[in-house]
Amino acid sequence: MSKKITINPITRLEGHGKIEIFLDDDGKVEDAFWQVVELRGFERFCLGRPAEEMTRIAPNICGVCPSAHHMAATKALDGLYGVDPTPTAKLIRQLEYNAFVIEDHYIHFFFLAAPDFVVGPDAHPAARNILGLIDKVGKETGLKVIEVRKRNREIIKYIFGKAAHPEGGLPGGVPGRITEEARKWIRETADFTVEFARFALQLFRDTVLGNKEYLEMVQSEAYKLKTYYMALVDENKKVTFYDGKVRVVDPEGNQYALFDPQDYTEHIGEWVEPWTYVKLTHLRKIGWKGLMVGDGTSLYRVGPLARLNVAEGMATPLAQEAYEEMFETLGGKPAHHTLAMNWARLICALQAAEHNQIIAADPFLTSKDIRNMDLRLRREGVGCVEAPRGTLFHHYKTDRNGILTMVNLIVATQHNAAPICLSVKQAAQEFVRGTDVKEGFLNRVEMAFRAYDPCLACATHALPGTIPFSINIRDKEGKIIRKL
Amino acid sequence: MADKPKIALCWLASCAGCDEAVVDLNDAILQVAEAVDIVLWPIALDFKYDHLESFGDKELALGILHGAVRNSEQEEIAKLMRAKSKLILAFGSCACFGGTVGLANFRTREDIFNWVYRDAPTVVNPEGRFPQPETRVDGKTLTLPEFYDHVYTLDQVIDVDYYLPGCPPPPDLVLNAVNAVASGNLPPKGSTLAPRAALCDTCPRNKTKPERIEITTVKRIHEVEADPETCFLVQGIICLGFATRSGCGETCIGVNTPCRGCFGPVPGVTDAGTKALSALSCLVKGGQYGDPKKLMESIDDPAGYCYRFSQPSSILGRKSRGENV
Repeated sequence: MSKKITINPITRLEGHGKIEIFLDDDGKVEDAFWQVVELRGFERFCLGRPAEEMTRIAPNICGVCPSAHHMAATKALDGLYGVDPTPTAKLIRQLEYNAFVIEDHYIHFFFLAAPDFVVGPDAHPAARNILGLIDKVGKETGLKVIEVRKRNREIIKYIFGKAAHPEGGLPGGVPGRITEEARKWIRETADFTVEFARFALQLFRDTVLGNKEYLEMVQSEAYKLKTYYMALVDENKKVTFYDGKVRVVDPEGNQYALFDPQDYTEHIGEWVEPWTYVKLTHLRKIGWKGLMVGDGTSLYRVGPLARLNVAEGMATPLAQEAYEEMFETLGGKPAHHTLAMNWARLICALQAAEHNQIIAADPFLTSKDIRNMDLRLRREGVGCVEAPRGTLFHHYKTDRNGILTMVNLIVATQHNAAPICLSVKQAAQEFVRGTDVKEGFLNRVEMAFRAYDPCLACATHALPGTIPFSINIRDKEGKIIRKL
Repeated sequence: MADKPKIALCWLASCAGCDEAVVDLNDAILQVAEAVDIVLWPIALDFKYDHLESFGDKELALGILHGAVRNSEQEEIAKLMRAKSKLILAFGSCACFGGTVGLANFRTREDIFNWVYRDAPTVVNPEGRFPQPETRVDGKTLTLPEFYDHVYTLDQVIDVDYYLPGCPPPPDLVLNAVNAVASGNLPPKGSTLAPRAALCDTCPRNKTKPERIEITTVKRIHEVEADPETCFLVQGIICLGFATRSGCGETCIGVNTPCRGCFGPVPGVTDAGTKALSALSCLVKGGQYGDPKKLMESIDDPAGYCYRFSQPSSILGRKSRGENV
């Protein structure tokens, strides 16, 4: 009789979801579905509220990437009020945003993803976590991880009050200036972070690239998906986080589109499937072609690997070196290796750290000119940033008093939702045979989505309601035969 | 290992910022991990629910829950945690008062679904399909949980022993709470593990607050360059410090941003929003309108200010079915 397996809850990710794996009569994986089972109501319950309150409400969409929502909201307010931030305000925002990208990428890498590599995919579940990782790499390294996160979150707190819920983004500016005294410790933090970023890449080289089994895993077909990629690029088509144009490359790496974020509705469509609460984004001009990759697909991916695939290079020298090393190892661009997202994440963190060194030395950083008060309500604004997990759009419309009448949000995990379904199915087909599957093999299925660092809290900005992430393996009759 | 007190941490309708608040203990988290046995923490550890189910009743010293309650699964998890834990700590504003997601009680589920799956400008849904509790795909049945049409606080679902408010709770109060449980030095059941003062009493701008505040004009934060040392209310900017419990560390005030009430009501008050609204109306004078009522009416979205973190715990109860509240 055919069977089905369940994992409950799926762990080490932000939010809730489940995976259903269906087996055929021979115990082979016939199909797998990655379902997002929560929905919240941000786009609706923000209506009727003053637009400037969005910088205070939107961070509650996600406590892991609150700075991304806070910044997208702040930039949407810039657009809404037709105002550019002052040069100093822009520097301060970038400083904070880079600090956030850094701490966010490291929390994912060290707390969520690295235990699979450093402690091992087959390690006992009780040890496969940050504490197990610290046991393995030593307490000194563990304390460094804690310190880099702490010090970068201090920058966020200094600028926007709270790291887990930043406050104070304003159209045309920032709420406070940076003193020369603060510049000193900010510079020290940036220097420390660049050193840490190099150390983290070396750790990746040693533990993953230096291990034949892991390297084979990274390069294995089970973890590859040929999709389009989307990310922001700067005016030189280099990786950028705070601002830029949206670039899309096709599965061969050729530019497919380059557009201003405010034109996002022309390029992005959200498909509705009745079996998941997350809407499946796709390239609207190609149209929805279903959950498939290969010729004719309209699916694209976002996030660290997408940024590197989309851009023509990194914006800083050390990150550029690391970028070249990665594509050389993986055999050229674009790289479709899902697990290489973990590698690309460390390279993105390095660029953010190097950029903060540059900002910390900028004479304009400590200017008092932090607000542009030339506000002219235009009643519509789009704010777009490269969130750690990928391109994030906030789109607001208001009445003539600046009271919200429309809110539309497109978040990173949504762009990745359909590809995650496919990656999970691929990994399940590779590692699951019958119901008697070793825990470590099911963990390998979890690794397929964990690489995306999926943030389901974000993806389901639309009604609160969550259940834990779970994997069900079901037989042909749909009966659950294994649950993890 | 077996002798260490067991602790479980779990999320309900939460943004995970409360998990980050635990990680924000920084190096102290290693000491906590040495002192206790964490048996469930889905964001960071691989323990599954059957692990929690395997413990006896009240075997865990402490169950920490963050997030509001919106669906049956969350209610079940909350009840399971209650059964297995001697003490339950409602962690963060969502568990304590409903939090920002509680604002969804001002809208209907239907309204949210229609926008998200039909009307938003990026939706491509030619067949007009909505997510369903049960779907058949190629002969396979897929299910989704159904939502309650209402957001609840944790204590509307299970018995709660202690409350730790904040969005998120600050590290000093988190550590105090853990220490209180570890040492057994606990206040009476039902206590809020935060200072008893109002935020105004601890606010660094308190010295600029006159004996009697008279709001004669209402300004929005982006319209003005707010003075970084003067009481917001004196500047005509809505700030809820007078109606909010202290303990947050004045982090918003510190970045020249007014309070929105994440720490909930001051001691002795159950409905933070209603109290804030009535107190605000007492501060408002005629000013430019020559009529306090008109000035009060000039405040856009008073519900959004006063119930930002507390709608589900308010006397408003069920949602309004009208348009914007």
